[in-house]
Amino acid sequence: MDKTVNQKAWFLVLPVFLVVAFSAVIPLMTVVNYSMQDTFGNNQFFWNGVGWFKELLDPSTDLGERFFASLWRNLIFSAIILAIEIPLGIVVALSMPREGWTVAVCLVILALPLLIPFNVVGTIWQIFGRPDIGLLGYTLNSLGIPYNYVSNELDAWATVIVMDVWHWTSLVALLCYAGLKSIPDAYYQAAQIDGASRWAVFRAIQLPKMNRVLLIAVLLRFMDSFMIYTEPFVVTGGGPGNSTTFISIELVKIALGQFDLGKAAALSLVYNLIILIVCWVFYTVMTNAGAERPQKEGAV
Amino acid sequence: MARIDLVDLAHSYSGDDAPPESFALKPMTMTWRQGGAYALLGPSGCGKTTLLNLISGIVTPSRGKILFNGKDITPLSTQKRNIAQVFQFPVIYDTMTVGENLAFPLKNRGVPKPEISARVRRIADLLDLAPYLNRKATRLTADAKQKISLGRGLVRSDVAAILFDEPLTVIDPELKWQLRSKLKALHRELDLTMIYVTHDQTEALTFADTVVVMHDGRVVQSGTPAELFDKPAHTFVGYFIGSPGMNIVPAQVDGREARIDGHTIGLHRNYGVLPAGAKIEIGVRPEFVDVAPPASGLLSAMIERIDDLGRIRFARVRVGDSKFAARVPPGFSVPDNMAGLVFDPAHVHVYADSRLVEGVA
Repeated sequence: MDKTVNQKAWFLVLPVFLVVAFSAVIPLMTVVNYSMQDTFGNNQFFWNGVGWFKELLDPSTDLGERFFASLWRNLIFSAIILAIEIPLGIVVALSMPREGWTVAVCLVILALPLLIPFNVVGTIWQIFGRPDIGLLGYTLNSLGIPYNYVSNELDAWATVIVMDVWHWTSLVALLCYAGLKSIPDAYYQAAQIDGASRWAVFRAIQLPKMNRVLLIAVLLRFMDSFMIYTEPFVVTGGGPGNSTTFISIELVKIALGQFDLGKAAALSLVYNLIILIVCWVFYTVMTNAGAERPQKEGAV
Repeated sequence: MARIDLVDLAHSYSGDDAPPESFALKPMTMTWRQGGAYALLGPSGCGKTTLLNLISGIVTPSRGKILFNGKDITPLSTQKRNIAQVFQFPVIYDTMTVGENLAFPLKNRGVPKPEISARVRRIADLLDLAPYLNRKATRLTADAKQKISLGRGLVRSDVAAILFDEPLTVIDPELKWQLRSKLKALHRELDLTMIYVTHDQTEALTFADTVVVMHDGRVVQSGTPAELFDKPAHTFVGYFIGSPGMNIVPAQVDGREARIDGHTIGLHRNYGVLPAGAKIEIGVRPEFVDVAPPASGLLSAMIERIDDLGRIRFARVRVGDSKFAARVPPGFSVPDNMAGLVFDPAHVHVYADSRLVEGVA
């Protein structure tokens, strides 16, 4: 059979090619370009090779020290967020009604925090937590619990974490609820007949059936919390000291505050790489956890 | 092992005070004897699954009682009843191996480990699942999964009855036969009460020694397959069982004679007193009506088409406004489209308002 040769077909992929080039490839290559050079303004650039990367990954330099400190902060933050939001989201989803008008009410209430713009969330909590006029801050202090997120590192962390839990647990809960709704009734009926306890139903039916949505929830929450910027920036501005300065806040300080484009570009590339690697690890671990081990020969 | 009695059992999904005609299951009293193989047959939406879920306790009845061996178990939860149920779609626990799936009901009931593994072994052997015991259950075929569902019921030694809710719907036709004969063999071997819900008459008739036919929330007849075939108690049974179904046509019945379309057919029994004002019909299976060349003593009919079922041929004929299916004797050829119908009087039944009327010999 003769194949028709028609090179004009290439024109059909051209729009996609252009969109991807301008939205992803060219900006990324600009960053790569910056990360290899130094500039003192006036559009003058000097070749620096992998210098910025060396400095970034060496904790004894100023840049490296700031990078590793914020990296650890960010990893701890993400770990705490996942450890709270995933189980809490599952519990919320499990305790939601399955049918009736209350379902709609629950869904709307859950969706509310997700619909609020990020900097508004930050402002809400910034005011909510103020010891002088904030409902939370004032109440706590009146009860004799000293609470001040501006001066106390622990309080600042607690505020940022509670704020994130308030903001994002709904997402996990909604995803889990969707997973739960897709389980046919026959499973619950069979479990009743098999005499399964509430916990056994959760372990044997609900958790395995939520596996897929949980993977998505973990990935989304990890990426989002690892890239968090707006809310802590509005509430604490990265302080007190540097205690809530996460990588993205550090990045903005370097790029826009000090206008160190080279350092900032190197940092953002490494930052990006870390997110990719961690997501890949999560994905691989979680998809393999549910999959079957290779069969032994003859086991048919 | 138990006898199951249903006493005035009724259920409505919209509450006890719903109008009686809207009940999914109209009040019924019946007994399922220990060790019986029952088929619950009826079209979709006739209340079969409701009845099954009432017995297993998934649904709590609006009215009436359920007794196991004379003991009222109506208030007991599903977990506390000794009932196993196999659903239309196979239910297996994805993360567990076949063996763990089978052990699950025993583990939940706190049975000691050595006993669990002995029971699982035995049931796996019975169901030919032994080679798969250590495999994850997710990747197995639908029929193997359905066997696991069944196995989870059988594995409990105290189980009073096994309920099947159209268990072969998702199984390939060829495997259906195998699985059905497996069920029959298990029934003989284990002396269990089995109740098998289906809307497929072949499945019901081959599986059960007692077939219970339901229609519109009521049991219309319960009997052996032969009884249902020979003497349907309700026109619905006649129509639903048999292929093609029973011929049911309006007629005037007087004593030992029935008149259809001005023609008189002799009856085997005497129907002297029929309920006044009732709709009178006669029912006769196509197997007991023969097509013959037109003759003066026969009910004349017009042949519309002939269905060749291989071993037997049925003619679809029209008499006045009513349609009949009738057997075409071997070697019969139709000169034109006109024919006469020969009835076997012993198998012509009379129905008043859809219910069988017993004549006097």
